[in-house]
Amino acid sequence: MSEITLVEAINQALTYEMQKDKSVIVLGEDIAKNGGVFRATVGLLEKFGADRVRDTPLAESMIGGISIGMALQGLKPVAEFQFMGFIYPALNQIINHAARLRHRTLGRLHCPLVFRTPYGCGIHAPEHHSESTEAIFAHIPGLRLVVPSSPLRAYGLLLASIRNPDPVIFLEPSRLYRFAKQAVPDEGQALPLDVCFTLREGTDVSLVTWGAMVKETMAVAEQLEKQGIQAEVIDVATLKPLDMNTILKSVEKTGRCVIIHEAARTGGIGADISAQIAEQGLLFLKAPVQRVTGYDTTVPYPRLEKFYLPSEKQILNAVRFVMEFA
Amino acid sequence: MEIVAHFEISYYQTLNQASQLVSDSPDFATPDHLIHLYRAMVLNRVFDTKAIALQRTGKIGTYPSTRGQEAVFVGMGDALAKEDVFVPYYRDTAVLLQRGVTMAEILLYWSGDEQGNCFSSGSEDLPFSIPVGSQGLLAAGIATALKIKKEKRAVLTVCGDGATSEGEFYEAINVAGVWGLPVVFVINNNQWAISLSRSAQTAAKTLAQKAIAAGFSGEQVDGNDVIAVRERVGAALKKAREEQVPTLIEILSYRHSDHTTADDASRYEPTGMRDAEWKKEPIQRLRQYLEGLNVWNPSSEEKLQEECVAQVEEAVNIFSSIPLRSPETMFDHLYETLPDVYVKQREQVRSDHE
Repeated sequence: MSEITLVEAINQALTYEMQKDKSVIVLGEDIAKNGGVFRATVGLLEKFGADRVRDTPLAESMIGGISIGMALQGLKPVAEFQFMGFIYPALNQIINHAARLRHRTLGRLHCPLVFRTPYGCGIHAPEHHSESTEAIFAHIPGLRLVVPSSPLRAYGLLLASIRNPDPVIFLEPSRLYRFAKQAVPDEGQALPLDVCFTLREGTDVSLVTWGAMVKETMAVAEQLEKQGIQAEVIDVATLKPLDMNTILKSVEKTGRCVIIHEAARTGGIGADISAQIAEQGLLFLKAPVQRVTGYDTTVPYPRLEKFYLPSEKQILNAVRFVMEFA
Repeated sequence: MEIVAHFEISYYQTLNQASQLVSDSPDFATPDHLIHLYRAMVLNRVFDTKAIALQRTGKIGTYPSTRGQEAVFVGMGDALAKEDVFVPYYRDTAVLLQRGVTMAEILLYWSGDEQGNCFSSGSEDLPFSIPVGSQGLLAAGIATALKIKKEKRAVLTVCGDGATSEGEFYEAINVAGVWGLPVVFVINNNQWAISLSRSAQTAAKTLAQKAIAAGFSGEQVDGNDVIAVRERVGAALKKAREEQVPTLIEILSYRHSDHTTADDASRYEPTGMRDAEWKKEPIQRLRQYLEGLNVWNPSSEEKLQEECVAQVEEAVNIFSSIPLRSPETMFDHLYETLPDVYVKQREQVRSDHE
């Protein structure tokens, strides 16, 4: 089996599900003829036709709203927002309609849809193209928030998201789009939502992360092993609802936790994970929970972005702190 | 310089202020059908009066009155086919009533209970939309789905005059035009967006002309003339179903009430304006016409009033008998299956309030 990149795995999942389920509709800006600015939807127009693969006018709130309308009529829209920085105009539709139509009609209506968008920095893109503002969505009841970190998980989690009966925000780490290849069997096998993936087991420290930061975190875990420290690496994957069970069990075992995310520190999802460990697992801890995050600043333009992104060195320092604490 | 495009906006009226026919009477407008519309308008007004009284006595919460705008809503409701989809704003009570939603459900909604959106009629219609101007996009999405599924149904969506300043309004009409969607956009131009007058909302001469920028036709209709509203909305829905063409209809009405029961229009509405506008109100206009046709008289009016009052009283009784849902049910329709992490919170609601 040939190996594919994360963005190719997205394409493979979309193709598989569109083939299998005629109600799946793909839409967004430049996604049909052009195949998407990252080519995630390349070839779909030719395979499935212009009714099901739709280039939209340039209006993000519209992409959100018409997706909801289509979902209300039994279709399963998978809409692409070109970059996370451009999803904000659609927040009115996402928060005021998609997230709550099931709730406000006590189940009479519901919105099975997926809003995909590339997110994160580190690809030397112009400003507004490097956002990691996932915490906005984690705060909204009724939404699911899913972030893959490898081609295999991109394929399996996207299939699961499309098949899910509720609205899913699916954030694709653009830094990983073409970073590594994996063999991804095209057998339509979905991965479970609402659970963390333990990528590496260990007994000394729990490293909790998601999205593109899985790359640096795994590299750190390998370095730690050479130093005789066994790190457990947890890819949270579904950020809402948050599977605290897996995280708490890990912390119970290791007694130490470092949370790593690219998003700004204040109000980030790391704060919530840390608070829940304090609420439910304080006595497991041998050291205070540490967070390694983006700074509380606007993501700088590309010339400085590598200084914004949490580095392996910062993660190592945090691990050293919790290992040496007591 | 040459003129490259030329546009016109029409205005349609059948019954003038003096209840005289000024256009040919449309085919649908048989005396029986007009009596049917008249009854629906009177029922709407009796319900509205009662709803305001219920708010004033603390039985329901904030409520937006429909007084004097009955022709707008009854005309639209009557024009819709059963299989069409309706995407309302928050003042569309009478349309929903004609779609099979019950008065008890409407009262439940404004009393602050999601059960009011359940629509026991089994409809695919949307509930009231509060975020101004946002619902047009949902209508466009529903119309897109109907078109993809090749179903000959149309979508009708309504907003107020203020909503036409929202970006989402433009995004909705734009996509409807470029994709050829079977959707009719109605603007109930009742001259007020809470305190902002129509003239302070936009310099555009008409709101109907906004359709031109989206590549389809817009028109104005007299909103105090239920025959005109029914005729033009009906024609637009037919065109949507059969030709996949959107239409924008600006219905000219007047808000003979505060914005909602939480508002006080005396702070901004010029003195005497409402009284002057009341001379155009739609119920008297149709009643006078029906009396002229000798199909309506004071005794039929008295009987109708009694029937409507009884019907509304019965609805109030049903509404009052519906018990409060248990608090933990606030979690029951958040997701199809409640994720474990929220199951704990659901249980907590119970224990927190025992």
